Amino acid sequence: MFDFVSFIPRAVVQSIPLLLGSTGETLTEKSGNLNLGIPGVMYVGAISGVIGAFLYEQSLPSAEAMNGVLAIGIPLCASLLGSLLMGLLYCFLTVTLRANQNVTGLALTTFGVGFGNFFGGSLIKLTGSEVPSIALSATSAYFSRSLPFASKLGWFGKIFLSYGFLAYAAIIIAFVCAYILRHTRVGLHLRAVGESPNTADAAGINVNRYKYVATCAGSMIAGLGGLYYVMDYACGVWSNDAFGDRGWLAIALVIFTIWRPNVGVLASILFGGLYILYLFIPTGTNLAVKELYKMLPYVVTLIVLVATSMRNKREDQPPASLGLAYFREER
Amino acid sequence: MNKQNQGPLVHIVKRGALPWYCAWGIRAAAIVLALLACALVTTLLTGEDPIQIYATMIKGAFGTTRKVWILFQNIAILLCVSLAVTPAFKMRFWNIGGEGQVLIGGLATAACMICLGDKLPNWLLICTMVAASIAAGAIWAVIPAIFKAKWNTNETLFTLMMNYVATQLVAFFVILWEVPKGAGKIGIINQSTEAGWLPQIGDYKYLLNILIVAALTILMYVYLNYSKHGYEIAVVGESERTARYVGIKVEKVIIRTMLLSGAVCGIAGLLLVGGTDHTITTTIANGRGFTAVMVSWLAKFNPIFMIFTSFLLVFLDRGASEISTVFGLNQSFADILTGIILFFIIGCEFFISYKISFRKSARKEGKANV
Repeated sequence: MFDFVSFIPRAVVQSIPLLLGSTGETLTEKSGNLNLGIPGVMYVGAISGVIGAFLYEQSLPSAEAMNGVLAIGIPLCASLLGSLLMGLLYCFLTVTLRANQNVTGLALTTFGVGFGNFFGGSLIKLTGSEVPSIALSATSAYFSRSLPFASKLGWFGKIFLSYGFLAYAAIIIAFVCAYILRHTRVGLHLRAVGESPNTADAAGINVNRYKYVATCAGSMIAGLGGLYYVMDYACGVWSNDAFGDRGWLAIALVIFTIWRPNVGVLASILFGGLYILYLFIPTGTNLAVKELYKMLPYVVTLIVLVATSMRNKREDQPPASLGLAYFREER
Repeated sequence: MNKQNQGPLVHIVKRGALPWYCAWGIRAAAIVLALLACALVTTLLTGEDPIQIYATMIKGAFGTTRKVWILFQNIAILLCVSLAVTPAFKMRFWNIGGEGQVLIGGLATAACMICLGDKLPNWLLICTMVAASIAAGAIWAVIPAIFKAKWNTNETLFTLMMNYVATQLVAFFVILWEVPKGAGKIGIINQSTEAGWLPQIGDYKYLLNILIVAALTILMYVYLNYSKHGYEIAVVGESERTARYVGIKVEKVIIRTMLLSGAVCGIAGLLLVGGTDHTITTTIANGRGFTAVMVSWLAKFNPIFMIFTSFLLVFLDRGASEISTVFGLNQSFADILTGIILFFIIGCEFFISYKISFRKSARKEGKANV
């Protein structure tokens, strides 16, 4: 019998980084910026949080002296700041300097992943402290603390209430983004910028400001995904390249949800489930088949990508100016 | 002062064509600035003298004959992948699936070496490998092209996804063929018989790869600049509507160009598996599919300039990894330096294609008021 009670919580835990990453990327893409630097941004978000938490933990005499607000606040702010800087860098290059978005994004990924792995690998050496590895279990305990009565509610508590606060924040952020995009003036303007910057500009919308704000906000949300991964999922233990290809999967999820963050809540759980499905399907001794199961999220994304382009429904298309720089004097 | 008559403080205008020496001057200045920024970062992190750091970098790239060969080998492979993606880029088809196409090419090569290694004479085996790797790469690239041509499916996202499908496919076959069972890797294929290993020229292990890629570079340059196909690619890239108007079959051009693109990626996979590594892993392409995008773009899609840009990126990578070993830093330091340099070069393109003019009247008006 397939064990849903243990499968769903694990799928959800897998899904939260993807959800945050894809919500951020959706917001970014709605402004017409295809930020392929999201994997890098998520790495930077994660490592910035780790650096913040590490310095805080090191500055204290013992784990008991930790203040709950600071223990969560410092990594959170550090992570947001790190990913904000990455977003600003991307915006400066692509919006102000009108550089090619694909190239900038890929460079940002190279830089971000390198930045994460470099500081993850040499933080201890650089700060001259005497701990064997980066294990922020005290900070992680604050991040992954679930509701106190969750464990008493049996399967219901396990499936719905056993997660850290960032998981619920991710779902709320996704719904808020969906609401802003669909039902507010700001969202309308943002979509106009992504669909046709010329028209938006003529209507008096400040195109560059919308692009900047959407991309930076998107980066910060995606950065939180990295933070969630390292602080909650990985229990505060940083290991290089452990984050893997989740950043690219988040970009895939954007397509899968056809640019709708509220769909992303369930879709990310589906992706999270597909990501770990190979652990739950009995394949016996045939390990090779498991590798094929890991292919599933990507194949499913491809199918959705092809299907939406074949159906050619106007609501389901990528933003029309996605990937193009806007220059007012070029018509 | 009459504020309403003032224009914005900074005004950006598109430039006409800059003379090539100006453009390259700006790029050179950007690289110098980038190197200064890198030196600053490195000094902050290691506390060493920046000049010594660059000396270490040069030593890391050119220190010994072996290092020089490795440098050239890496340039050759990166250049090969860059050559592959260039025709597609020129057509504004963002093929960022070089990674997957190289992997599939390599996988086809490895499959031939493993399954046919003891059944065919060596020359026939190598011919089969060449054909298989080219076909595999081409098929992997043509799938997104067909969807792009028929239904205008977004090719950036499609090729990106194909990378991971390819990676998992390789992972599957690695476990299927692993030697010994349970090792999780294949190891050197046909170590005793050397069946399917590409021939070695003299004592130089990497020379054949370098020569093949050099020939490819020239062929690609001629193809893009002096052939009818190259011209059609350029027209489709500049304006699809113009292309349709003058009677170019855009769909045909897209599919044909991606076949070529994938085929060359397949050759890169062949060179990696058959020529140097003699094994296959999921990381054999080592991010080159993505780096190639930058190499090609930095060189403005010109195969000859791509020799320099791929040299630059490989040099940085080798040099920075030398820094990390000498100063006891993490290997990923290379990625940070590469990233910084790329940001500068990407940013400098703005100053080549646009001109910033500041508001001229400001000072004059100031004088008039006094």
